[in-house]
Formats: sequence, structure tokens, C-alpha cells
Amino acid sequence: MSEQPVSSESSERGRAAGASAPGGSATGLTGTARVKRGMAEMLKGGVIMDVVTPEQAKIAEGAGAVAVMALERVPADIRVQGGVARMSDPDMIDGIINAVSIPVMAKARIGHFVEAQVLQAIGVDYVDESEVLTPADEAHHIDKWAFTVPFVCGATNLGEALRRISEGAAMIRSKGEAGTGNVVEATRHMRQISADIRRLSGLDPVELHAAAKELQAPYDLVREVAEAGKLPVVLFTAGGVATPADAAMMMQLGAEGIFVGSGVFKSGDPARRAAAIVKATTFFDDPDVIARVSRGLGEAMVGINISELPQSQRLADRGW
Amino acid sequence: MASTPDPVVGVFALQGDVREHVRVLGQCGVIARPVRRPTEIDSIDALVIPGGESTTMTKLAEEFGVFEPIVKRIAGGMPVYGSCAGMIMLATEILDGRPDQRGLAGIDMTVRRNAFGRQVESFEGPVTITGIEGGPFHAVFIRAPWVERTGPGVEVLGRVRARSAPGEVAGQSGPGEVADAAPESGAGRIVAVRQGYLLATAFHPELTGDLRVHRYFVEMVRKAMGKQTTEG
Repeated sequence: MSEQPVSSESSERGRAAGASAPGGSATGLTGTARVKRGMAEMLKGGVIMDVVTPEQAKIAEGAGAVAVMALERVPADIRVQGGVARMSDPDMIDGIINAVSIPVMAKARIGHFVEAQVLQAIGVDYVDESEVLTPADEAHHIDKWAFTVPFVCGATNLGEALRRISEGAAMIRSKGEAGTGNVVEATRHMRQISADIRRLSGLDPVELHAAAKELQAPYDLVREVAEAGKLPVVLFTAGGVATPADAAMMMQLGAEGIFVGSGVFKSGDPARRAAAIVKATTFFDDPDVIARVSRGLGEAMVGINISELPQSQRLADRGW
Repeated sequence: MASTPDPVVGVFALQGDVREHVRVLGQCGVIARPVRRPTEIDSIDALVIPGGESTTMTKLAEEFGVFEPIVKRIAGGMPVYGSCAGMIMLATEILDGRPDQRGLAGIDMTVRRNAFGRQVESFEGPVTITGIEGGPFHAVFIRAPWVERTGPGVEVLGRVRARSAPGEVAGQSGPGEVADAAPESGAGRIVAVRQGYLLATAFHPELTGDLRVHRYFVEMVRKAMGKQTTEG
């Protein structure tokens, strides 16, 4: 779909446009920071679901998902089967793109910029540089400014979120602990990010330099967060969401939307559960609605206690 | 006009960039608040349908019983502005939607979803809008729709020259080369329309900090309220 997967020109455009004032009289610019971040704004209040087949994608769309994440194996299966987890087959992603009218995301390995180039070339709407796949570079994340397609990245705290944003991420999600059906790590990451932001808001301007050093994040971004009281991009929750109440809790903790990985299609009645999670995300502050949609959903996915996971199987530790 | 109270403008809050519209409306001198429930639809003077995913919004609107109340308020003359997904929802006919997707049938027009292409083709650029002073509006188009047909009562306010539609022969312009086109020229894709007290844009003025489109809508709302007051 895009004739120029990567170019230094698009990189310059992305940087120049920033998130600041209207960009003058330039005509028809693609891949600007505003267009990339704006796409995530349109997903707010919505649920993005992992799907492995066109049929699942249609179920997700029918349930009211705002987007789907196309991948070959959901995180729960990646855990069981082990081995190196990579970008999905383009044919498989194409099948899902053709099956639905909502946006389609797909995952690239951390640092694997060629997987990201491929995903951009086949017309994916958002790339998730994801710790769920096996990292391809132990030192560098992808230079996301170099792409027209926007990126979402995982984070466990504010410093990590700002490092990803400085690399060009247009959307942030908590990492959580994918494929466990256990929200405890997502809760930890959401609380950590919120607490880090609150702390910045209370600092004197001169203290922000030391805060930036401590967070290992660029000063300009730190100052921007301190002034705005929020990230400069949309923040979603991912990792372990399995029930409508999980989704609503993450929204109450400050998430602007929800990624559900294994939680839907590893459950007893995916279509019902998917629709229920969508409704609970919209009415996250209305316990009557959450109660109503939580009834009779059948089996939730079997969960894993994080303390029983050996360190080597903890995905949230991937990336830095 | 001075005696007219500040209008209460609801922002349809089932999904999408609700907060941005609420903030911009607040800067335009109206009381703006998110609305999700049928009773909340009854208590507003006007409605803004934000950007987001139209299939999600439509589904939730039907399931939570707010679809019909909005249709009824539109029939009763309530001003509504829709941006992007909101434009789709205001249409009488939707192309490339889900088979079960229906619009609120507010504006007599046919809208094609994601007409400009996928996200890598999303763009920003200038659009000249009839009735809005101060030069072209810097517009942000995200997986945006366009209008393929307008009925007799519909005024075209803005167009852009764009690449060919899916299935058409490719034009001369390359990727990202989308240019402003005069609204009255009849050339280019229709991206802003008005019918009576209903306004729709394919782009997202709420993302740019330029208040002119929202101010234009608020003027429409004040006129509608003034009319109601004088009539009875």
C-alpha cells in the first residue's frame, strides 16, 4: 500500500510536525506525529482484541472491538509452546485485513525494524513493537520516527513510556504479563505510570532536570508530562485482562482503552465475553452495567499466578 | 441573543476522542458534557458525535438505547455536528460499512468509510471551508470517509483533491498528495457538508487547536435556540 516503507524524509516530517501548532500550509502530509497520535485518540474508550483467524476477527468486530491485533498465536499459546515468537505470516495478516472494516494492528519483535517495514508495506494500521514476541535486539528499540505507520509500545513505568515516545511511539500500553489471564502486573504498571506522572506534577521546574535523569527520559518530554499531567500520547492497558470487571478496573485506574489478548478467545464463549468487555469498558464507572454484562459468560480463561512463573518466562522484563 | 442562556452541548461518549471535543467546545463558550444515556440525550441543546470507530459506536448506541432518542431529537431539529465517525453516523447511506450498520439518517448523503485509505494514507493538509473566514482550515484526516452523493438540501462546504477511490483508475497524484480544492469548484472529494442544523466533516478539527469549525457549529446552535425561543 505504501510505496516508501522507510525514508529519511518521512522521519523528518514526523519530527517536524510534532504535536504542536497547526503545521502551516504544507499539503497532504502523511505519517506526521499528529496523524499517528490522532489515530490512537480515535481508539479511546475502546477494546482492541487479539485474533488469529479471519473468523475471530469478525467475531471481535461484531462484538464492537475498535481494532484487532492480528497474530499467529495468542500469548497464552506462545507461553505453552515456547520457541522463538516472530512476526506473523503476511498472508495470515492479509486474511484478517480483508475480513474486517476496523483497523488491524500487528506485532513486530522489539528492535526488528525489518519486520516493521514488512508490516507497513502490507498496510497494517498500527505496529505493536511487542515484548510478547522474542526480542530481536538487546540494545535498541526500533527507530519509529522513520516510519509512516504508527507504533504502540509497552511500558512498566513512566521512564520507559517516555523512552518509547522519544523513539517515536505514538501510543503506549502497559505491558502487564501477557497470556496469564492475571491483571496483577497490569495493575502494577498502571499505578506506577500514574504515580510517576502525579509526582512530576508536584515538582518545581528546576527539579524536573533531576527527575529526567532519574527517569532516564528526555527532559523535554518530562517537562511536557509535568505541565499536562498526562502522557503526550494515548495510554491503554494490556496484559492479563480476562473479564469485564478487569477491563473496567483498568479504565478506573486511568487507562484510556483496553487490549485483550488471550482473554477472549481462550474463554468458553468468546463472542459474549468480547461484547461484555466492550460494554464494561464504555461504562467502566457504572457497576450496574458491569454486573449485568458479567452474568452468564461461561468459563474465563484459566489464569496463571505470576509468582509461579519463572523469571525467564516473564515477558514484562523484555525491553527497557 | 444576550438573553439566551449558554447552550448545553452533549458529546456522544460511547467511544472515541470525546475529551478533545469537550475541551474545544468549552473554549467556544458553551457548556459541554459527555452523554451516554437516553435521559442525557433529552437534556441537551445540541450534540457532537466525535471521531472514533463508527461500527463500535453504532453497536453500543443501539444496545444502550440511545440510537432512537437521537434520531428523534434530530427529527425535532436538534443541531448535531459529526466529525469523521460522526459524519458516517449522520449519513442516510453508508458504503463499506458492516452489513448491519445503519446511520442516524440525519443528512441526505452517501458516505464511504475509510475512503482515503488505511492509516498509512492518513494525512493532514489545508481545506477551504465555505462560511469559515480566515483562510484554509488545517485539517487532519485519519482513515477518513468522504461523501460520494449529496441530496438536494445538502450544502457542500469543503472539498479536497484526492487520489482515486478504491477500484477507480489511479489519478496523477501520488501518495500523500492531497490538495485543497475550492468547495464550489465541483472538483475533488467532499469532506464537509451542512444540511439545516446538521454539520459533518470527514476530518478532526478537535485535534488541531483551531476553534473555527466548532465556533461555526456553536453559532448554528445559538441560531437554532434563538429560533425556538422566538417561536414559542
